[in-house]
Amino acid sequence: MMDLAFLDAPFTPACAGTDEPDGHALDALDAARPAMLGPQRALMPNLSEVQEHLKIVHGTTTLAFKYKSGVVVAVDSRASAGAYIASQNVKKVIEINQFLLGTMAGGAADCQYWQRYLGMRCRLFELNHKERISVAAASKLFQNILCGYRGYGLSIGTMVAGWDHKGPGLYYLDSEGARIEGNLFSVGSGSLFAYGILDSNYKYDMEFADAIELGRRAIYHATHNDAYSGGTVRVYHIDGKGWRRISEDDATVLHYQYNPGKK
Amino acid sequence: MSISQYNGSAMIAMTGKGCVGIAADRRLGIRNMTKACDFKKVFQVNDKILVGFSGLATDLQTLEQRLRMRCNMYKLREEREISIEAFGNLVASMQYEKRFGYYFVEPVIAGLKADNSPYLMSSDIIGAQCFKDDFVVAGDTAETLFGMCESVYRPDLGPEELFEVLSQCLLSGVDRDCLAGWGATVYIMTPEGVRETHLKGRMD
Repeated sequence: MMDLAFLDAPFTPACAGTDEPDGHALDALDAARPAMLGPQRALMPNLSEVQEHLKIVHGTTTLAFKYKSGVVVAVDSRASAGAYIASQNVKKVIEINQFLLGTMAGGAADCQYWQRYLGMRCRLFELNHKERISVAAASKLFQNILCGYRGYGLSIGTMVAGWDHKGPGLYYLDSEGARIEGNLFSVGSGSLFAYGILDSNYKYDMEFADAIELGRRAIYHATHNDAYSGGTVRVYHIDGKGWRRISEDDATVLHYQYNPGKK
Repeated sequence: MSISQYNGSAMIAMTGKGCVGIAADRRLGIRNMTKACDFKKVFQVNDKILVGFSGLATDLQTLEQRLRMRCNMYKLREEREISIEAFGNLVASMQYEKRFGYYFVEPVIAGLKADNSPYLMSSDIIGAQCFKDDFVVAGDTAETLFGMCESVYRPDLGPEELFEVLSQCLLSGVDRDCLAGWGATVYIMTPEGVRETHLKGRMD
């Protein structure tokens, strides 16, 4: 007769109550975490060379800003590996849920995996608490994850934008552990070009159409000036009804729209 | 990043039937920052010689100016234009002069010999000549350009077809290159003269 006694034993999660405030175990994820600090350095002598191959979305331009009636999120769509363009059709806005968006800069896989995971965590929060997670709480969850992996070589520079009971929310997070609340951020190799446009035209009291156009224009300028940004300019908008995709325009088409005289 | 990719460039030279051509991009950048979209990388030496330089912009200009001086001196002394064979050797030997402190430039040379048959040469940064009878490429993603040329090129193209093939190869090539593009220029040389055409390209 087979021993089925184990079925009666109470279930205990692998790491209950360790670093998870709401009690959800990381299970397999924690198990996969190497026991030593900086395992890459211990196992791979030529780390920088390996990382070049790992990091596909090295160059990027992403931006997000709050204004009076919501949050604008705009990104480019180029993935590069060195001088080579790996793709011109990357989705750098990650749709975490109906009211939360994340942006992607740094390593493509790192951003995609962890923001997908964040989406799961946000859904679990909703089921437990019977209300939507706030942007502050969602970004804090993400920060806790990133801090847990500090020094392990993750490469993430992201903005978490959304709408909650307080209205628009916007946080900048990175794999070094930073989490900064703000009205306006731009991340990536083209961020300085985008800031040039944003800083000189941004006003909190802008109208919807002006805000959308500012986001689009800032990304367009970054695609034109930054070699590692390009492809399609995507603009998203978040308000009380959730996020909405506003536009997707080819950067070169925008160039000739904005510069009608140019040959 | 290597110093050869500091400014960014892409270049193709091809032969046709009684004609040759060079296509080059127009970007001048400083690492990731695009500074100009109208930078000249291809030069006409005389009625029979086109030369293009890919690589470091400062060395490109220095080498072009020194070459122009040498060609002018040749013309004054010899009272005739320099032949393309001699010009190809001149470029390579001027590069090798600086064997231990070289110009970070890969030249491509296309032109017509005395009998108007095509001449094509490329060289590495210290002057190793490479003679081909179909096409040569240079730039920071030469592999991509090679792929395009290998699949599109056919021998004995006329000037119009050559222009089309050169344009398609370069534009498609630089669409996979972060550091080159932002417009292109195509030069087609026939015994009757040289035609220069600016192409619209992706501006990102």
